[in-house]
Amino acid sequence: MTSLHVPTLDQPAPADRTGPGEPLLEVSGLCVDYGIGPDAVRAVTDADLVLHRGEVLGLAGESGSGKSTFAYAVTRLLRAPGVITGGSARLRLGQGREVDLLAADEAELRRVRWAQVAVVLQSAMHALNPVYSIGDQLGDVLRAHRPDMGRAARRDRAAQLLDMVGITADRLRAYPHELSGGMRQRVMIAMALALEPQIVIMDEPTTALDVVTQREILEELAALRDRLGFAVLFITHDLSLLIEIADSIAIMYGGRIVERAPATALFRAPRHPYTAGLLGSFPSLHGPRVPMTGIPGSPPDLRTPPAGCPFHPRCGYAMDRCRTELPPLRPVARAGAADPRVAACWLQDGSALPPAELARPEPDPAPVPGTNGPGTGADTKGGTA
Amino acid sequence: MTTPHAAPVLAGTGTPALEARSLVKHFPVHRRGRRTRRGAVVHAVEGVSLAVPEASITAVVGESGCGKSTLTQMLARQIRPTSGELLLGGSPAAHRGAREYAGQVQMVLQDPFSSLNQAHTVRYHLARPLQIHGPGPDGGSLDDQITSLLERVSLSPQTADKYPHELSGGQRQRVAIARALAVRPRVLLADEPVSMLDVSIRLGVLNLLADLRERERLAIVYVTHDIASARYLGDTIAVMYAGQIIEQGPATTVTDRPSHPYTQLLLAAAPDPDRPSPAALAGRGAPPSLVSPPAGCRFRPRCPFAMPICAQQVPPPIKVARGHASACWLHAKDADPSTSQNLGPGPALRTTPSQHDSRPPRGGST
Repeated sequence: MTSLHVPTLDQPAPADRTGPGEPLLEVSGLCVDYGIGPDAVRAVTDADLVLHRGEVLGLAGESGSGKSTFAYAVTRLLRAPGVITGGSARLRLGQGREVDLLAADEAELRRVRWAQVAVVLQSAMHALNPVYSIGDQLGDVLRAHRPDMGRAARRDRAAQLLDMVGITADRLRAYPHELSGGMRQRVMIAMALALEPQIVIMDEPTTALDVVTQREILEELAALRDRLGFAVLFITHDLSLLIEIADSIAIMYGGRIVERAPATALFRAPRHPYTAGLLGSFPSLHGPRVPMTGIPGSPPDLRTPPAGCPFHPRCGYAMDRCRTELPPLRPVARAGAADPRVAACWLQDGSALPPAELARPEPDPAPVPGTNGPGTGADTKGGTA
Repeated sequence: MTTPHAAPVLAGTGTPALEARSLVKHFPVHRRGRRTRRGAVVHAVEGVSLAVPEASITAVVGESGCGKSTLTQMLARQIRPTSGELLLGGSPAAHRGAREYAGQVQMVLQDPFSSLNQAHTVRYHLARPLQIHGPGPDGGSLDDQITSLLERVSLSPQTADKYPHELSGGQRQRVAIARALAVRPRVLLADEPVSMLDVSIRLGVLNLLADLRERERLAIVYVTHDIASARYLGDTIAVMYAGQIIEQGPATTVTDRPSHPYTQLLLAAAPDPDRPSPAALAGRGAPPSLVSPPAGCRFRPRCPFAMPICAQQVPPPIKVARGHASACWLHAKDADPSTSQNLGPGPALRTTPSQHDSRPPRGGST
């Protein structure tokens, strides 16, 4: 049992926490089933992921790849018939203390949730209560977690939070339906940051928004991240967006993480055929128009997953081995020394030269996550073409 | 508001398969709120002219609420325009019956999970239009025609006996396209046909639309919010903002050399891994209320280059290059040249660096 420190406003928490760039949340071997017994469908299998302090970690995949299930499992928000069947998610709390979120009891979770790990969901309209004003809902968070705060202090803090995301304090009395979609999502972000958590998990936070609003919110998020130093687990299907905003990216397919790399490296030099296919599914805004093919076939049915590599039925490079043996997620054979990149593909086991598409040279290494200066994650881009 | 520009500036050669002239749609506001004026309307579409030539794809790009779906519904004659004219093959569409029109202009909807009837097989979905509109000139049995339709959208003949729930999203959207093709239309209206599909299978459906343009000489209107896919698929792009087409031209010209500040904003905000420097937005904020739109240019309240004339007169489409028109006063001959030179493709996007601290206040009453 880990004893937990509940930070208050008088005691600024960061001094007590882990330093920048250190592992903050380590998920290993996470398995999630939907249903139990022989009919169970395995939605997430053996997922390992490390979120570092101050990092924006992108989790990309198509519908049914298990990316949202991953987030719900790690935050223990998964509802029946979802069952966590294995793994651990160790959250570092500083001073050598840590808590396994997957094994924590309700009391422990109650102390960690929102104070350390907050969540922003896609549909702000559904996440906000339509019959309470924005100010009431922000105040609720503070009342539950900061019992010492008085009514006036809560109000001030709520106004301060709204100001942080670019909404004027006169909106405290507004109800969710009086706000635009972008403003509702800003309120959700303000609410997630109310207790200055170390981790903010965002599940498709901008998917329902227009591109201009999306960009504005992402800029604000980057600025807030630089100021407050929280880490973000950003889940989306839009890989082209993720490459711009994330420090590193994990790609999920069929419930498994199939590749993990720094964002620029993943973009310039993908190592898994699925990543390459996904990158080839986003038409470019520049250059000559070339015919693109996307990926043939459709994502696997997890009720009857294919034998061997889950991607082999759609993979242009599939070999006999891929149809029978599951490739483990392991360091790419020829990867640069410092780059922590891994891929689950038999082409990358070092026994033969991979196809040119999957053997592009590594770009210049990106700065260590969480240590880059002000600006967005896009600052780190610009490796060799 | 008048309709200052009836004839499309960019009328190409030959008769377009489908042409809209100064389409206007006002929706009455039925609200009993205190401040609602009697007779208030939403100016959803205002004076839109669009020519869709055969064997080409016209991409209509805009954000939600810009009127692109209202425009599509008017083109499909599902809603009646407040004013304006629709020409099918050069003759007024109003003279045609609903069934005859539907035999020429077909629609593919956004959500293939709800646009197909769960209770019926694919065969039923394809047989109905064939029975209603009659078989093709090449004759053949119903089964032969269904097989041929499925082949044209790259589905196996066995798909005919499946129910929608047995198909993937991409396959369902192909069935929806096959159903539209069954009546041998000249025009296909595709309203966000891939936005509900998984990323990896979107291109397959877009490529199918491109094939149909070539093989069947279809005139296709591709409505989307995704300017990158519009550039990929479209021959021409029409950018809509607050109910009006504000820029129109060849697809790569519009995206490579955008001439309207709103198009530049849209491109600056679009996800782009190749972007050399962080995105910088010029013209933050939100579209105006369409119940009481601003006078003059509707983008003016957000526009970083706004001039006095922009508040007074609606900018007409002004030719900026061959086949490329922009509804912006900066391109008028007598405009201040020192301002208009800001409208180059790149520099204008960087004239206002992104500054989080000096951001204009947002969130006041709109």
